[in-house]
Amino acid sequence: MNWYNIVFYAFAALTVISAIGVVFSRSILYAAFSLLFTFFGVAALYVLLSADFIAITQILLYVGGILVLIIFGIMLTSRANNVEVKRRAFQLVPAVLVVGVIAGTLIGVLTTTNWPTANFLPYEDTARPIGALLMTQFVLPFELASILLLVALIGAVIIARREKGKRA
Amino acid sequence: MHNFITYYLGSGLLGSLVSSLLPFVWVMTYALVAIYLELKISAHMQDRLGPMRTGKWHGWAQPLADVTKLLQKEDTIPTAADKALYILAPMLVFVGSYAAYAAIPFSPAYIGANINLGVFYIIAVSAIIVLGILMAGWASNNKWSLLGAMRTAAQLVSYEIPSSLAILAVVMVVGSFNLNDVCAAQSGWFWNWFVFGKFPFLFITFIIYFTASLAETNRAPFDIPEAESELVAGYHTEYSGMRFAVFFLAEYANMFTVAAVASVLFFGGWNSPFGTFMSGPVWGAFWLISKGMALVFVQMWLRWTLPRFRVDQLMYLSWKVLTPFALFNIFAVGLWMVLRG
Repeated sequence: MNWYNIVFYAFAALTVISAIGVVFSRSILYAAFSLLFTFFGVAALYVLLSADFIAITQILLYVGGILVLIIFGIMLTSRANNVEVKRRAFQLVPAVLVVGVIAGTLIGVLTTTNWPTANFLPYEDTARPIGALLMTQFVLPFELASILLLVALIGAVIIARREKGKRA
Repeated sequence: MHNFITYYLGSGLLGSLVSSLLPFVWVMTYALVAIYLELKISAHMQDRLGPMRTGKWHGWAQPLADVTKLLQKEDTIPTAADKALYILAPMLVFVGSYAAYAAIPFSPAYIGANINLGVFYIIAVSAIIVLGILMAGWASNNKWSLLGAMRTAAQLVSYEIPSSLAILAVVMVVGSFNLNDVCAAQSGWFWNWFVFGKFPFLFITFIIYFTASLAETNRAPFDIPEAESELVAGYHTEYSGMRFAVFFLAEYANMFTVAAVASVLFFGGWNSPFGTFMSGPVWGAFWLISKGMALVFVQMWLRWTLPRFRVDQLMYLSWKVLTPFALFNIFAVGLWMVLRG
């Protein structure tokens, strides 16, 4: 058991425990704050795989963007404190079917994949190759994603803006 | 040799621990100095003397007395507060502030983690501060706290954009996110510093970055998150004693982070202003800390000079002034780089 393994298991445990917290928490806000630790743990796992760019992007986008937005949404909702999150089981048959199919697929992938087990990869400069690939080989998906985001941005502005002369 | 501690102690447990605690020693020392400076600077700007009695000479022991007072104060938790989150929030804010110190190159021989994405990492971890502040505002169960927290989150998220875009312009020029590389690109005499027009647009970049960084540290003129006249004390209204001190320490730590990043990006970081004269590992730390402290002084100077912005003015400045200028600035820097070859 070297330090790498101890750190790995610590962060894996953090990720799983906080993910369980997200699912089973009674308060929406607690669930959202648990999500912070899940994202953080996942980022740490990326670091342990020497994927520093993805790890930092994970924190920047998921913690700094999405999670802040979720918490903002919850806080702007009135009576957010009193909302009882439904945890009763319903629609049992379709749920079991969907969960069974997904779990079966995941377990199948887990057992059939040949997992490479390199212990501690050396750190390399990942930002430069990622940038070069985005501008050469994957320029079309990159531009399409940019256009999609731009469309979403303009759509949000149009929904949020106030019409001239129609002051609410 | 990027980190003299791991060089001598090895990168095992001991080396990593000592290396990650070294900036903490600096943060604590600096916080004491900064509290004293803030008391004195604010006083002299308002034509007062400030603390003069504690420790005889110009009240130099006032910060020590303040810290002792904070340590002794009763730790009150409001009955209506959400205890777990209330306790966790200040820690989270400080973790977010302190995590940034891992990537600040204090000297050619000391950077906590010499990662290739240093400045990107600093931008990312500051997101944890936003969550900590939101948590504090919510857990206090107090209108002022919650309003302050919401304002802070809106402000931090808005000003992250111009400051990131400003950083991006420098990253384009250097071709690396690593702050050590950014320092190395400005070596030589002080006219090689980016702020002095090695590239003509980087002075504008500096203005954009510095303005946005003032907002990111919640300092006046951008201190609407804790506007005393409107919100009592914003998100830390309910906090007292040591928990309040942690928020305070995080704010001061954050002030030095943005000052250090600005001095690395625009003022040559650990480079001496006089070429090879007074340069080296120890002088490097001296220069970075001096430049950082000079910018911290400018932050305090502005705080006690300018009145507070209104919320709508704040958003106007971020979205309609700084962000378009930062975008145009990136375009101009890119054009200059292409034309110069």
